[in-house]
Amino acid sequence: MADKIATREAYGRKLAELGSRYDNLVVMDADLSGSTKTAVFAKEFPERFINMGIAEQNLYGAAAGLAVSGKIVCASTFAMFASGRAFEIIRNSIGYTHANVKICATHAGITVGEDGASHQTFEDIALMRTIPGMTVLNPCDAVSTGKLLEKAVEMDGPCYLRFGRSAVPVFYNDDADFEIGRGITLRDGKDITVIATGIMVNEAMMAADELAEDGIDARVIDMHTIKPIDEEIIIRAAEDTGAIVTAEEHSVIGGLGSAVAEVTAAKCPVKMAFVGQKDVFGESGKPEELKKKYGMTKDDIVRAVKSLR
Amino acid sequence: MDYKELEKTAARVRTDVIKAVYNAGSGHPGGSLSSADIVTALYFSEMNIDPKNPDMKGRDRLVLSKGHAGPVQYAALAERGYFPVEDIMSLRRIDGKFQGHPCKGKVPGIEMSTGSLGQGFSVAGGMALAEKLDNSSARVYVILGDGELQEGIVWEAAMSAAHYGLDNLVAVVDNNGLQIDGKNDDVMKVAPIADKFKSFGWNVISIDGHNMKEILDAFAKARTVQGRPTAIIAKTVKGKGVSFMENQAGWHGKAPSEEQARQAVEELGGEW
Repeated sequence: MADKIATREAYGRKLAELGSRYDNLVVMDADLSGSTKTAVFAKEFPERFINMGIAEQNLYGAAAGLAVSGKIVCASTFAMFASGRAFEIIRNSIGYTHANVKICATHAGITVGEDGASHQTFEDIALMRTIPGMTVLNPCDAVSTGKLLEKAVEMDGPCYLRFGRSAVPVFYNDDADFEIGRGITLRDGKDITVIATGIMVNEAMMAADELAEDGIDARVIDMHTIKPIDEEIIIRAAEDTGAIVTAEEHSVIGGLGSAVAEVTAAKCPVKMAFVGQKDVFGESGKPEELKKKYGMTKDDIVRAVKSLR
Repeated sequence: MDYKELEKTAARVRTDVIKAVYNAGSGHPGGSLSSADIVTALYFSEMNIDPKNPDMKGRDRLVLSKGHAGPVQYAALAERGYFPVEDIMSLRRIDGKFQGHPCKGKVPGIEMSTGSLGQGFSVAGGMALAEKLDNSSARVYVILGDGELQEGIVWEAAMSAAHYGLDNLVAVVDNNGLQIDGKNDDVMKVAPIADKFKSFGWNVISIDGHNMKEILDAFAKARTVQGRPTAIIAKTVKGKGVSFMENQAGWHGKAPSEEQARQAVEELGGEW
């Protein structure tokens, strides 16, 4: 494990690289380009960067207009305002027309930290995955961010990408292979499976180490794509290990846990436990303190695993 | 096409609207009739389009932000030759192309799915931005209802279009003064509309939205303006052309009975 880099940081760098490859790539922001890191692209391609000011509805409406005119659009703001405030614009102008807009939302989840509950979204995955045809991606580190962004830009159609504010460990090697809709088994195991997404992948790996010391052999899956969900890897995990814990920096209502449970309930019922934000609002604090208080750490995963045994 | 011809065409478009909405058993005749002259002027005179090649590169585009007036857009596209007029009689039917509100991809010539008010305006701004990025001379037209101006996104879009100097964007406000619950002035005052757009940095032209010459002159004038988008505030009559529908908020979203439809068609000089 190498340096720590925030996924939003990796997003900005990759965008600039993609800018030279795609001359129809347009990047948009709503007055947060320094934070979302679209400023990196703006510096290199000022003519293809459009700041819409503090107006998220118009950001995504205009993004739809640019996309139906043949542009590939990456439009960024904080995840709260992208998925929440602009939801219906994303649903009707981007989703319904299957417009080629990549909604690149940063500062998702509890690790926004000090800004507090108004900025900590736990609803975005749930909202976005209900839109027909919307792809939903939640990378866990800098490498997967770059690779998944590349795949998202290659594909035609709307995509929601979820990035975080805080620096997180780099997990993958540069030559790692990513495919949208295909989860990655990071660690094999036969006793139980932890399916994690985003920053919780790192927590899941640490939890697996700890569980191993107690003689529990946990499989860990990085589910970087929430939609379309990798049914095959879930069914195999259910059949092989008989129990599944999901872990996400998102509400336990409607996110990864629900997406996995929809598969298991229909195809291979197993016992499950859900690690995530427990239907409450967050508050101000340091990211690590908040993760602990709201139950999104390796310890919470360990406890959830043990509760199923 | 001269003014007289355009007026006759608009009457045919209105007749098609009445028939389609009557056949559907529901729909929005009031706002379709109020914007019929504007829509006809755009499709038959102002816009650079080709019904044989709906996706022609460099074409002008119209976004009907007040998507509930879909029947008038369908009718005008049909009369213009995009598809047979009979086709739109399947309006609002299951497995049909002609959705209650326009859906891009189902109907040739429909450039954007609309229906949720305000969004089409924002999308049109994005289209105009794209044309600017491509150094294209194509123009983007968008029709808004006056009640629609109550949506917040409209003013976000108005601000950004002026900020980016989108002189290739023309917004027409179908100012019939009525919305579902009654008069704009009683429900939520949007006046003074011209002053609002002016203060947002737009070039504003006020016209009689049923006078073909004024409509065409306004579009021509808009072409001469540089560095600013143009808003055409078109004073219109809701339900225009059908005596019992004119200025009646109740005809916003209601289909006529057969008797009413026959009378409407007769008044419009059409054939049942």
